[in-house]
This record gives sequence, structure tokens and C-alpha cells, in this order.
Amino acid sequence: MKNLLLRLSGRFFLQLLKMLALLLAVSIIAFALISASPIDPVQQYILNLGTAVSPEQRAEIAEYWEQDTPPLTRYLSWLSHLLRGDLGESSLYRRPVAEIIGERFWNSISLMLCAWLFAGLIGFSLGCLMAMNEGKWADRFLKRLCYVLSALPSFWLGLVLLLLFSVWLPIFPIGFSGPIGMLSENISFWQRLHHLFLPALTLSLLSFGNVALHTREKLIDVLHSDYVLFARARAAGKWKILQRHGLRNILLPALTLQFSSFAELFGGSVLAETVFSFPGLGSAVAAAGLNSDVPLLLGISLFSALFVSVGNMIAELLYGLVDPRIREAAR
Amino acid sequence: MKKIERAEESAFPARREGTVPLLEIMDLSISFRMYGEGLAQRVLEPISNLYLRVYPGEILALIGSSGSGKSLLAAGILGILPPNACQKGRLLYKGKDLNPERQAALRGREIALLPQSVSYLDPLMRVGAQVDGYRKPFPREKRRSIWKRFGLPMQTEKMYPYQLSGGMSRRVLLSTALLSEAELLIADEPTPGMSLEQSLEALRTLRQEADKGKAIILITHDIDLAASFADWMAFLYAGVTVELAPARDFREGTQALRHPYSQALWRALPQNGFQPIPGFQPYAGEEIPGCRFADRCPYQTELCRAALPPIRSLRGGEVRCYHGT
Repeated sequence: MKNLLLRLSGRFFLQLLKMLALLLAVSIIAFALISASPIDPVQQYILNLGTAVSPEQRAEIAEYWEQDTPPLTRYLSWLSHLLRGDLGESSLYRRPVAEIIGERFWNSISLMLCAWLFAGLIGFSLGCLMAMNEGKWADRFLKRLCYVLSALPSFWLGLVLLLLFSVWLPIFPIGFSGPIGMLSENISFWQRLHHLFLPALTLSLLSFGNVALHTREKLIDVLHSDYVLFARARAAGKWKILQRHGLRNILLPALTLQFSSFAELFGGSVLAETVFSFPGLGSAVAAAGLNSDVPLLLGISLFSALFVSVGNMIAELLYGLVDPRIREAAR
Repeated sequence: MKKIERAEESAFPARREGTVPLLEIMDLSISFRMYGEGLAQRVLEPISNLYLRVYPGEILALIGSSGSGKSLLAAGILGILPPNACQKGRLLYKGKDLNPERQAALRGREIALLPQSVSYLDPLMRVGAQVDGYRKPFPREKRRSIWKRFGLPMQTEKMYPYQLSGGMSRRVLLSTALLSEAELLIADEPTPGMSLEQSLEALRTLRQEADKGKAIILITHDIDLAASFADWMAFLYAGVTVELAPARDFREGTQALRHPYSQALWRALPQNGFQPIPGFQPYAGEEIPGCRFADRCPYQTELCRAALPPIRSLRGGEVRCYHGT
């Protein structure tokens, strides 16, 4: 047990190092791309002010943005602020970027978590169902459905769901994370859930087909294996085999897939949140991009890289914890 | 050169007049419907006209090169063929028809499969729990006593299959079969990948079980070992039984054997001259009206190519050949 912990913590630190290197790389690439883009942060800042500025004020702003220094010096100065926890101020919202990310993230995480659990649980069960009925009509029908769902763009799906369940059948609200005109501290849990439902459904339908098809494929491999043949030769029934051999052998890849799907989840949330005007990180990315809000865009890029690599790290560590072949080797 | 001396002849009085075979298979064919180019369907028939009989207390070795459908036969007897397979012919167990309901009732209880390798164990499940099987109450005490007899250490039950050595995994697999107290054991290639010592030990254990009254079908392509440990040998050519012979006939040589294919097999062994015959076994999809061996047979005639010879008794054995003497 002690060895196992030691080994796992070794893996953990290795992963942590990898993650830091990745974040550094992302910061360099993101910064370089923005520097090379035609966005002029000074002009954008002044536009967002909405008032006329004198040439002196303009020079002051340009100095704040270090417009005349070479990109490398600018990057290093941004990085040193970053390391002190200062992500700069959003030119769109006029508030510190860290504060915006923190606030928006809590909205997004509830959305992403719901979608993630929903897609994971339903996708996994459907995948099992398909594999157990391989080649029969239920399998063929569900497989086609999954292909169609994976092929649909999420914004289109979001619009269709809005049309169906908010416009024609007004069951769900058309957007936002709470009723319009209500203070956020007065919104009840059920109201939040009510507003969360459609965006979460859109987001989960995006990855759900993927999860189901992967699970199906894995379980079919298991069901065609020698050990399942032997189990059948020993008079084990269909469900007994699923319970004793199937789940055991597909749970690990399924969990790994689930944790490494954070990237798709985040990417999907940009479109889903925009369609539903949901005040999360995804819609903030869209807003920052459309309004050339450089500090916010850089901040969210870094944060999303962190989010995705944390997911991958959990997947990696889970492998070491769950698979006995790795676990026992540590003893 | 492998030279294996059998300890003693089986003491069990098998095949007395009037005894019913434990398992009798007649004209069994197993085919698969495959989709070829476009919508064209092809039928593959890896096993056809398979014929064998096995009595309590004896080992029947099923000999055939790879691709002659030997492993499919085990699935056919147990009734666990893949859904796209089609099985025809008659299976009699203790003289009564072995239909799917009876197969379901007997498999894992009276008829047990002895698989060939550790890949037949779930890689993520502890060995002890796997051997105990699927029916409660788990026969833990009985399994432990079998393991004690096999000299398997008790901590093996907490191990995972990948941690077992070759010898251990074979004993673990065998213990699954003995735990069921099956009367018929189907051993599917139990020896490949083993050293000669290990193979001998494995076959000695099977011999002991047969001498206690079990019937064993030994599916193998290790002809030397089969001839030394089995009582009877069934020779398969392209999925068809061509000869059933007492193993002693094979030990004696070509003059005692009945079919040109089994004679050719004998001559092809290193210690018997290493003589190959030209040609190769037909592919499972080929439709051949007559004897499948005709192309390679020195005695072939028009008749051989026209119709498949029926199986007939000859000098205490059985042969599917018009010319065998």
C-alpha cells in the first residue's frame, strides 16, 4: 500500500510537470497568435470606453499596453504578472480577468458537470445495451442514432431544442441561468436546474453518441474474448457475464474516455452557452473573441488548457489506481 | 526426438460389448454464412461429416492440422457457437439426443471445457473467484482441496491471471473442470507452448482422470503425445472424419492404419522418415462432392471424386475410404 502511494505520487508529480510545461507552451502560442493578429488592443480599449480621448490619454493607454516594446519583453512582463496571479483587466467588462473567470467558471461547471454525467451514464448504458444485442435491430437502430447525434453541430441542435421546447412547447426558458429580472441570490435551486436543462442536454447529446459507440465497441471485444467463451462454456448466463466480466473490463476504458472528454466538453460549451445566452465561460470566450478582449481571451485560453489537462491527469492516475496489472506491479 | 513411453495401458474396461458411448457424433456439420462481395453470400463449412464416439474411461484424441475445425467442435458440443453459425447432424449424449436445452443444462456441469491458455481467464479478476464459478454457494472448500492435490499454493487464489506461471495456469484451468465433476472433458489443445516435461505432466493428469472413468476428447495436433496417451484417435481432414483407430494402431505404423491420410501423417513424423506429401488441405469454403483427400491420394479413382465415401468398420476401427484395407 505504501509502495502504491509512493508510485502514484511519483506519477502525480510527473503529470504535474508535464502539465506545467504544457501550460507554458499554451501561453507562448496564445500570446504569439494574438501578437500576430490584426487586433489592436489600444484601439479596442478606447472603442470599449465609448468616449473620445485626447492624444495624451491615448499615449498613456498605449504605454499601459506597452505598445512600443518588442513582443518578447511584453510576453515576459505578462508572464511575470501572471505568475503573481494578475491576469490583467478585461477591456470588455472592466473587471479583473481572474474574477470573471472565477465567476463564470462556477456557472459553467454546473452545466458541464450535468452534461458530463448525463452523457456518461446514458451513453454507457446504451453502449452496453447495443453490445449485448449486437447485430439485432435494437443495436442497428441505436448505432445509426449515435452516428447522427455525433454528426450534428451543437449550435444547430441547441436551436432546434429551443424551438421545440421553449417556443412551440414552452416548457423550458429560452436562455440565461435564471429568470430575467431576478437577483441571483433569490434564484432557487429548481429554477437554476430548470434553466440548466436544455443547455446541458445540448451539450451532452454532443458527446453522448461518442461514449455509447466507444462502450459498444469495447464490450463487443470483451464478449468475443476467450474468457467470455469459457464463461459461457461454464454455464454463465448473459447478464452474469455482463456483471462479472463485462463491466469489470470496460469500466476502466470508459472512465478514461470520460475524463479525457473535457476538451470536447469545453469546446461544446462555447457554442451551447452562446445559443442559450448562458453566462458561463464558453459564452465569455465567444464575447472576448468577438470584442477583441485580449486579456480575457488569453486568460480563458490558459484556464481551458488547465481544465482539460486536469481531466487527462485524472484519467492517467485512475488507470494506475484501478487496473490490477499496474497496481499489483507496484507492490 | 520425442520418444514417450506410456506408463501402462488403461485399466478401465472401456468399450465392452453393449456399453453406450458417452458421446456419439454423427454427420455433424458446422457452417457459417458470410457476406462476400456486394450482396453475395458465401457459406463456409469448417466441419462436415464429422463422426466420432467416445466411451467413459477413455481418451479420444482428435487429430487434424490447423484449419480443420477442431476448436469449433468444442463449441458445437457445448452449444455455444456464435449466432451466425449453423449446426446440422446428430449428437447423442448417453444415448439420448443432445439438443440445445440439454446442452444448456449439461454444460459446465456434466460436460466441461478445458481451455488451452490463460487467455481464457478474465485478466482483471482474481483467480480463486474465477475458478469458483458462477453458482452460489461457491465451492471454495472443494476447490481448495483440489488445489492442495495439485500442489497449488493457497495464495494463488488472490492472484490475477497474468501473475500465474505456465504450469500454474494449466493447473488452475484444470481445476475448473474437476470442480464441476464433469463426465466428459473437452481438452482444447492443452499442450502448445509447453515444454515436453510440462506437456507430459498435463497429459498424465488427463490420463489419471480418464482412468477414474471420465471420457476425454483431446483436441490436439501433437500426434506423438496423442498416440502415447490416448486410447483412440480420430483423424480429421478438412473438417471430415476420415478414420477412427485405436491409438495402438498408430504406434504400430502404416500397415495397421486404414486411411491414406492417417498413413501419410504417420510417415510425415520425423522419427518415421519425415516424408511429406505434395498439395495442401482444401479451403473450408470449397465445395467438394467426393472425398476431400482425393487430390493428394495415390489410390484415387473416379468413384472417390464422385461421392464422399461412407464411414465403414474395418479391422476394429472405422474408415471413410473406398479403398482402405
